[in-house]
Amino acid sequence: MTDLYSSKVMDHFNNPRNIGEIKNADGVGETGNPTCGDIMRLYLKVGKRKDSTEYIKDIKFQTFGCGAAVATSSIVTEMVKGKTLNEAEKVSNQAIAEALGGLPKIKLHCSNLAANALKAAIANYRENA
Amino acid sequence: MIYFDHAATTPVSRPVLEKMMPYLKDKYGNPSSIYRLGREAKQDLDQARKEAANLLGSKDSSEIIFTSGASESNNLAIKGVALYCNKILGVKPHLLVSRIEHRSVLDAAKYLAKYFDHEVDYLPVDQEGRIKPESVRDYVKENTVFLSIHHGNNESGTLEPIKKITEMIAEEKKRRKERGSKVPLVFHSDAVQTFQYFDCDVDRLGVDMLSLSAHKFNGPKGAGLLYFRKNVSFLPQTQGGGQENAQRAGTENLASIIGLVEAMKTADQNKAGNEQIVSKLTDYLAENIQKAIPDCALIGPKDLQKRLPHIATFLFFGLEGESILIKLDQVGIAASSGSACTSGSLEPSHVTKALGYSDIDAHGSVRFSLSPTNTTEEIDYLMKHLPKIIASLRKMSPFKEGEKK
Repeated sequence: MTDLYSSKVMDHFNNPRNIGEIKNADGVGETGNPTCGDIMRLYLKVGKRKDSTEYIKDIKFQTFGCGAAVATSSIVTEMVKGKTLNEAEKVSNQAIAEALGGLPKIKLHCSNLAANALKAAIANYRENA
Repeated sequence: MIYFDHAATTPVSRPVLEKMMPYLKDKYGNPSSIYRLGREAKQDLDQARKEAANLLGSKDSSEIIFTSGASESNNLAIKGVALYCNKILGVKPHLLVSRIEHRSVLDAAKYLAKYFDHEVDYLPVDQEGRIKPESVRDYVKENTVFLSIHHGNNESGTLEPIKKITEMIAEEKKRRKERGSKVPLVFHSDAVQTFQYFDCDVDRLGVDMLSLSAHKFNGPKGAGLLYFRKNVSFLPQTQGGGQENAQRAGTENLASIIGLVEAMKTADQNKAGNEQIVSKLTDYLAENIQKAIPDCALIGPKDLQKRLPHIATFLFFGLEGESILIKLDQVGIAASSGSACTSGSLEPSHVTKALGYSDIDAHGSVRFSLSPTNTTEEIDYLMKHLPKIIASLRKMSPFKEGEKK
């Protein structure tokens, strides 16, 4: 495809990282996009460092959506894997879109979906912890 | 590239291009000019108009307005009639359109409702996308001035029962006559997807207005026509010169008009044969998809007699159309989708919705639209890739296998 998406988006769409489900996940976050109907589910495994800060030990995603939805899901898992929960929570939708080399204007809402799913998964973990 | 998107557009055929070329090069005269170059252009324009009328079964070439395509034709028909009835006859117009019309009809109706306070009702369709002709009787009101039902749908592939609807209109006209009502009732049909495969004789169909676009049957883009029966009155929507009998101003796009008429002629000569060839191809494609891919559905009529022969839209449950289209494009196959993600408006297709499918089901729509130039080899190539694409995307989906959401 010539110009529909950046090469970074296409890379993540074609070779999505961390795809699938984590059995016995510590936190699961699901967001549906009211704008277009896309649905994204993120699974977290949380670990503790020696200083007892919590970090994302493993993360996987499942996405029902367009190329941008898949790519934002994929890159967000890469961006936060190994990060502390506090750091991960701060990942914004702009940061996700930027990391992908930009998104078409009409697809920017897909980056909200990824950021929200991540926040929801962390919140879910904290509720359960 | 393998092209399965003929309902979107088609390439200009070589004979059509060759007919057009002289008008782009040497015969560039303005048909309104006095000198020879202009007069010759006028003569060729008149001849093209006669042929276009003839190909639609009209005996009067002044019943043809050349336009930029069916979107303009549809706008002119609906706005022109509604505003005439409103401003000249003093009727508060009530318009009837099917829920699965092309956006140019639906949005023009919406525009009239919003800015001119006209009444609009939307005729429902059944699960196969068919209008129940009797529903016209239920929806028609004393002030109904315009009814628009397309001949065939570009997504569901539904062929609408136009002749039956014409009978309903005739009944209503008779009732109006008995009541002494002078309110006109104009029946318009958008035949953009059907002209190349079905009889579009305006008398046999019984329509008062009909829209066509050249580029759907190997003519150029930016060319189309609106047929209107002599007794139909409407207000022109483009003011300016006196072109098109003062009903559509603007210097005539003669090269494209010549292309349109040549494409109409070619399509007209081969309707039955082409219909057979393409319906065999579409059947082959649909059978293969249904055999090889679980959890998908072909939308529209099951009865082949009630289908357009070139359109097969599938819903792949649990998936989203754009991601399927990108994967297909990567192996050199062009198709389209009614998914919200591909629409630009982020709205799922109004057609799939009107057929009763949920927004989530509409998400997974992929339309394959063929032409007689496609081959079984191309379909075999598609089938080499599509099952793999669907399976790989389903692995990503949060919906479990077989789960219809």
